[in-house]
Amino acid sequence: MIDALSRLLASRDWLMADGATGTNLFNMGLESGEPPEFWNTDKPDNIRKLYGSAVAAGSDIFLTNTFGGNAARLKLHAAQGRVRELNRVGAELGREIADKAGRSVVVAGSVGPTGEIFEPMGTMTHAVAVEIFQEQAEALKEGGADVLWVETMSAPEEYRAAAEAALRAGMPWCGTMSFDTAGRTMMGVTSAAMAEMVEKLPNPPIAFGANCGVGASDLMRTVLGFAATGTERPLIAKGNAGIPKYHDGHIHYDGTPELMAEYAVLARDAGIRIIGGCCGTMPDHLRAMRDALETRPKGDRPTLEAINAALGGFSSASDGTGDTSGDPKRERRGRRG
Amino acid sequence: MADDDINLSELSDDELVLQMHDDLYDGLKEEIEEGVNILISRGWTPYDTLTKALVAGMTIVGADFRDGILFVPEVLLAANAMKAGMFILKPLLIETGAPRMGKMVIGTVKGDIHDIGKNLVGMMMEGAGFEVKDLGINNSVEKYLAALEEEQPDILGMSALLTTTMPYMKVVIDTLKEKGMRQDYIVLVGGAPLNEEFSKAIGADAYCRDAAVAVETAKAYIARKHNQLAG
Repeated sequence: MIDALSRLLASRDWLMADGATGTNLFNMGLESGEPPEFWNTDKPDNIRKLYGSAVAAGSDIFLTNTFGGNAARLKLHAAQGRVRELNRVGAELGREIADKAGRSVVVAGSVGPTGEIFEPMGTMTHAVAVEIFQEQAEALKEGGADVLWVETMSAPEEYRAAAEAALRAGMPWCGTMSFDTAGRTMMGVTSAAMAEMVEKLPNPPIAFGANCGVGASDLMRTVLGFAATGTERPLIAKGNAGIPKYHDGHIHYDGTPELMAEYAVLARDAGIRIIGGCCGTMPDHLRAMRDALETRPKGDRPTLEAINAALGGFSSASDGTGDTSGDPKRERRGRRG
Repeated sequence: MADDDINLSELSDDELVLQMHDDLYDGLKEEIEEGVNILISRGWTPYDTLTKALVAGMTIVGADFRDGILFVPEVLLAANAMKAGMFILKPLLIETGAPRMGKMVIGTVKGDIHDIGKNLVGMMMEGAGFEVKDLGINNSVEKYLAALEEEQPDILGMSALLTTTMPYMKVVIDTLKEKGMRQDYIVLVGGAPLNEEFSKAIGADAYCRDAAVAVETAKAYIARKHNQLAG
């Protein structure tokens, strides 16, 4: 049986995903320090409201409130025994909202990183990570999630472990990484390297891409990097609504709904099939994005110059792909061992 | 390549130190342990071995991380190799009464449950020879104060990844001021949504963009502190 996301992708040129989870929940009064996943059981109406607002703003896909719902993260709140419950309920609430939307809406079970560093630098092993993700994946499946949505990854080892967990749980999946360090992930993965890794997996995702990171410009550069590899696999762009700025004692993301609408159109013109937001992206942003995607005519694939002009500059000169001969290098005495 | 045949004990002191810089760069733990043992056996003081061979080597690693030539995995391997060398030197440093690099108490602020950035800073600070006490996530002002009391560090490091939790750093700093303790510590702050302007506004000593900058900033402030004490 074909999964709900593949079915939607087959019938449409682009799909709109959702925006921020954390930013929205904090606006509803989530106390900082409290794991957002606790609200799945403690304040289910707020979670319904979160999901419902994304659907009302035009999202075709929304992510469950389960980003930190793996045992490694929940352990920090002595709640590692609640993985199954919190993920199942997070997905059940999503199912409830999606099923009464009156159109096809995909419930994507969010799976975030463990926060641990893999061996040999750190202590996390592939086997343990697979076990952690599998527990979460099975609970999301039990709660009725249509697909797993692995996101904000920076280590290729962790991405691979999540892929294996999806396979073991028998779930279709999508997976994005966060490119926040000079155009690469924190662990040094370039867009081209991710595209290559994805195709080598025994169970490649339905779609892959980038989320979070540093503002909409950088995110667009990353997804152009995916597209440049010639991949046929659907791509995902979920960028932040600008960059957080500190003004007179409070903080806000500087990306306006208009800017995010520009970003959505550029992403679509770049051939991205699934377009959404991440931190700072509120229902107003989503509505502007949906409206622009539906009304603005399709243009050519944007150049880096066009992205720079429409969305602002990049955080680094290079993102480690293409011609890197001009990049800084260190003269070495030679490698041993 | 013939480099594989390098015998560390046949190198002159200068050559060996340069080779150790390269071996640190490549994260070669056993080679670093061997190099440290050779320098000590040649009569180098533990302090010179630490600063000229290890810390100087990590400085190159830090600079290349800052410049986007190295990334976190390579840097952590280098820090691991450095720690292995440090493990040999630590008892000798204490024995000889050599000056310490410094000590840091670090933790994510109350309300914030993110920790990977803070963990990286801790690992790289240790890699640079600092002693690090990690308080974990979600630290109240009381927890920071208790740790400062118990550990007597030179540096307090605070981390936040959320725009909603970063203002708590100011609560901690204001409490230190109220208690007249602010000048006793170098306060460094970091985390994705922060910037220099915010760090100034809340009264921290410095904002550290990444773990490499944190190490460099810590070293610069410690050096300044030593100069003040000497002066």
